[in-house]
Amino acid sequence: MLFFILRRSGVMVLTALALTFVVFFMTNLTPNLEKLAKSEASVRMSDDQVASWLDSHGFTRPLLARYGEWLGVVPGWTHTDASGRVTGRCIGPDRAADAAPARCGVLQGEWGQSSVFKRPVSEILARSLGHTGWLMLWVMLVMVPTALLIGVLSGMREGTATDRILSTFAIATTATPEYVSGVILIVVFGSATAGISPILAEWGWISGRTLFQGTATSAMTKITFWNFGLPVITIALYGIGYIARMTRASMTEVMTQQYIRTARLKGVSFAQIIVKHALRNALIAPFTVIMLQFPWLLNGVVIVETLFNYKGFGWTLVQAAGNNDIQLLLACSVVAVLVVLVTQLISDIGYVFLNPRIRLS
Amino acid sequence: MTEWDTSKPILEIENLSISFFTRLREIPAVMDFSCSVMPGEAMGLVGESGCGKSTVALAVMRDLGRNGRITAGSIRFKGRDLTHMTEDDLRHIRGKEIAMIYQEPMASLNPAMRVGDQLAEVPMIHRGLSHADAMAQARQIISDVRLPDPDRILRAYPHQLSGGQQQRIVIAMALMAKPALLILDEPTTALDVTVEAGIVDLVKDLGRKYGTSMLFISHNLGLILDVCNRLCVMYSGEAVETGTVTEVFDRMRHPYTQALFRSIPLPGADKNARPLIAIPGNFPLPHERPRGCNFGPRCDYFEAGRCDAATVPMDLVPGSSRHETRCLRWRDIDWAAPPKAGRVTEKLAPGRLVLKLEDLKKYYSVSSGAFGGGAEKVVKANESLSFEARENETLAIVGESGCGKSTFAKVLMGLETATDGQIMLFDENVQDTPIQARNTDTVSKLQMVFQNPFDTLNPSMTVGRQIIRALEIFQKGTSDADRVERMLTLMDMVKLPRAFADRMPRQLSGGQKQRVGIARAFAGGAKIVVADEPVSALDVSVQAAVTDLLMDIQRENHTTLLFISHDLSIVRYLSDRVMVMYLGHVVEMGTTDQVFSPPYHPYTEALLSAVPIADTRVKKRRIVLEGDIPSAMNPPPGCPFQTRCRWKTEVPGDLCDTDLPPVKVMAGGHQIKCHLSDDILNGMEPVISMAADEARG
Repeated sequence: MLFFILRRSGVMVLTALALTFVVFFMTNLTPNLEKLAKSEASVRMSDDQVASWLDSHGFTRPLLARYGEWLGVVPGWTHTDASGRVTGRCIGPDRAADAAPARCGVLQGEWGQSSVFKRPVSEILARSLGHTGWLMLWVMLVMVPTALLIGVLSGMREGTATDRILSTFAIATTATPEYVSGVILIVVFGSATAGISPILAEWGWISGRTLFQGTATSAMTKITFWNFGLPVITIALYGIGYIARMTRASMTEVMTQQYIRTARLKGVSFAQIIVKHALRNALIAPFTVIMLQFPWLLNGVVIVETLFNYKGFGWTLVQAAGNNDIQLLLACSVVAVLVVLVTQLISDIGYVFLNPRIRLS
Repeated sequence: MTEWDTSKPILEIENLSISFFTRLREIPAVMDFSCSVMPGEAMGLVGESGCGKSTVALAVMRDLGRNGRITAGSIRFKGRDLTHMTEDDLRHIRGKEIAMIYQEPMASLNPAMRVGDQLAEVPMIHRGLSHADAMAQARQIISDVRLPDPDRILRAYPHQLSGGQQQRIVIAMALMAKPALLILDEPTTALDVTVEAGIVDLVKDLGRKYGTSMLFISHNLGLILDVCNRLCVMYSGEAVETGTVTEVFDRMRHPYTQALFRSIPLPGADKNARPLIAIPGNFPLPHERPRGCNFGPRCDYFEAGRCDAATVPMDLVPGSSRHETRCLRWRDIDWAAPPKAGRVTEKLAPGRLVLKLEDLKKYYSVSSGAFGGGAEKVVKANESLSFEARENETLAIVGESGCGKSTFAKVLMGLETATDGQIMLFDENVQDTPIQARNTDTVSKLQMVFQNPFDTLNPSMTVGRQIIRALEIFQKGTSDADRVERMLTLMDMVKLPRAFADRMPRQLSGGQKQRVGIARAFAGGAKIVVADEPVSALDVSVQAAVTDLLMDIQRENHTTLLFISHDLSIVRYLSDRVMVMYLGHVVEMGTTDQVFSPPYHPYTEALLSAVPIADTRVKKRRIVLEGDIPSAMNPPPGCPFQTRCRWKTEVPGDLCDTDLPPVKVMAGGHQIKCHLSDDILNGMEPVISMAADEARG
């Protein structure tokens, strides 16, 4: 078991290195760097000035060396200009050239400076991940139990009216992407002019102008049902349909198994058959899917956070990408890669625990 | 509950009819079925697949699924009608009063639940016991079903047990509530014969110990003879004959029962002198049943205008104990008449040497551990196999699962290459040549007939096309027209109507599919055919026909047949020489007579004793092997069979524990791999003996 985790972790590190290198390569393409130079120094720079700016900021070094610097395994660049002033990767306003460490990269915990927010990347990332963490937590709390319940209820008696209604619901929600369902939900529940809010306001059932708030900005300071409901539902709906479909398929298959007949014929009641005999077997397949939903949530988070103006990880990613913020983009990619790989590892280990057949004998 | 009057039947089924409803039509599965089981009695239900025997069992449990419905009749258990019970009442009967044992033990145990919890559930539901008390009872019952180390087993998951142990757990589960009636649905079909013998013994003993009545469903007449007091023969949804075991076995009064007995290989049958008599035709599909007697179209005694006039009722045979037959003409038939003499054929003399194996070894290395890694282990699937086979000869390879017989077939076919040793095929060394590297001629001369005809035909290609494809691959025929002609000739050879060439495999019955498989194997003029359990997936009445077909083709083409089987009855019937394998070793080899009569290898002795024989005259010595076959990953040191051998004490010292026995060549080239001295071997008594050979009445 330990060996397995060690080996998987090793593979994870390699994968993370490879993926971040790809992102590093893409964000460090020459046109990108020229744009960076112009946005950092002056928009009206000549080509020569751009070249010298790039040179003085260490961007002309070989790609691998720069990747190494970013990682923190290669000493950071230093540049001595005509006036003898030393600048460098690790030298900053609050760190003199002679006191600066040789290496400063991700390994040293230095993620660089965001060019959009003018703040350290680590600080921005920590804040936005905190916001997204709350969003994800609530999404999971809503999505997983609902999806499993729908899946189990529709799968335990295949072909009944309950099954058909729940399956239709599940298919409809999976078939609706977040940018569609989000807009629809805002219109129906969060608009002062359309949907049900004007009617409710007219009847005097709600004190404000809308039932739910169409923006989640206030949720960054205090989460309430009314400001957080819509973004959570928007992300959860999609996942609910997907996981419910998987659970249903797995549940219907389990219900036809012979050991379910065995249980029935030893006099176990239907409820007990579901809870004691079917559930654990039926959850083996959806468990992997639920774990795969975590990385998928990152995807949904990008759309929903932008839509509801909630300054979490997705919103930050969009800002970084839109404004050519190389350091922030790289950091975001590291987070994404880690989320994917760690959930995979958890899903593999959890699978072993759920399914005794592949347990170490 | 009041005590049940033990003089009355515990289970009474009267005129039961069951139908399955599909969108298209109603499919009657069981019609007008009646039988009764007395307390302590074991009732057998025999019939071929699709005859409705399992449906009857499930109807007693009232578990017919959503499509199945009881359309008429009643099932009374201890006087109460089960057909009108509510789900709630049924739950109190299921598992408590009536318990069921299933065909596939692995599938019927919950894979994600510990064995102990599954067992303890029964008394917890039905007697309201606490978990601890229920576990204590489970521990008790596990030793009742003779499983070693109950504590370990209680904590185990089903996949950690062997097939035989799993079936014992299923039996234990059924016995947890001490039911009055036990329904066993083909409880040993998925198990090896020596394991089957143990299970059958256990079931009989437990039945006696607890006074449980049994409804024993099987297609194996020999098992029924072993276990049951009475039996009921079913054909196409109807009971055709019922009575005590001796009445039905010795004084059968229905043509189907008679035909069934004549089509199974009993001791005394011989492929040349007394061939089996296959039942002509096919089992009718439920919606294509004929008018009148269902068996009519396949019956030798059929009388037009009488047998196909109206539904045939059950008729009581006078002077018997409830012996009934569903035949109109049973009084007219001379039951003592010997079967019409079959075609008597000459035994073919073995021809030239076509296959020679010398010291063939096949090892696999596997890694243990659920997450990969772990120690590398060597599985010795085949250990020094040496034999030769000649033209015209049928060599049977016998052994239980895991003995290496299928590995041997793979190596011979070239699907695997040998680790060591030599295979001489005709004049060629092929041990290191995988099938891709063999030339077309070699491939077409060495072909295989597979066990499961249902999976080995391409479901989306017509039958004719598949045979033509084989001809193309074997480069037979000069043009497409020529190949079509050859294909039709092959269809004739396997006695399939030529019109079948345009059919899809799903439109064929199991026996017909196997005929296609045989035609495909012989498409390239095969000289050696490896038949891997070719009839074990088929019904009894079809087995005889397919076996005879193989024999006919062999006679015509002078083929060498390597017949891999675990069914000793059929091996005895058709093979010339027999090779018995155990854990990768050949433990005994000789002519059929030599192997089937003493001296035996101790394993062969046990194997012979384990095979159920459907003949009341046969007397068998009962030798039940303890334990399971050791894993090939971890074989015992010394003699592979030493862990289960009952003769081990006769060998001086610890020879069996330490040394692999040498091959002992007895009289007539009979080889036995055993440490026993010649005196002891020669002093062995036969396992099977016939009681005075009286003519069947």
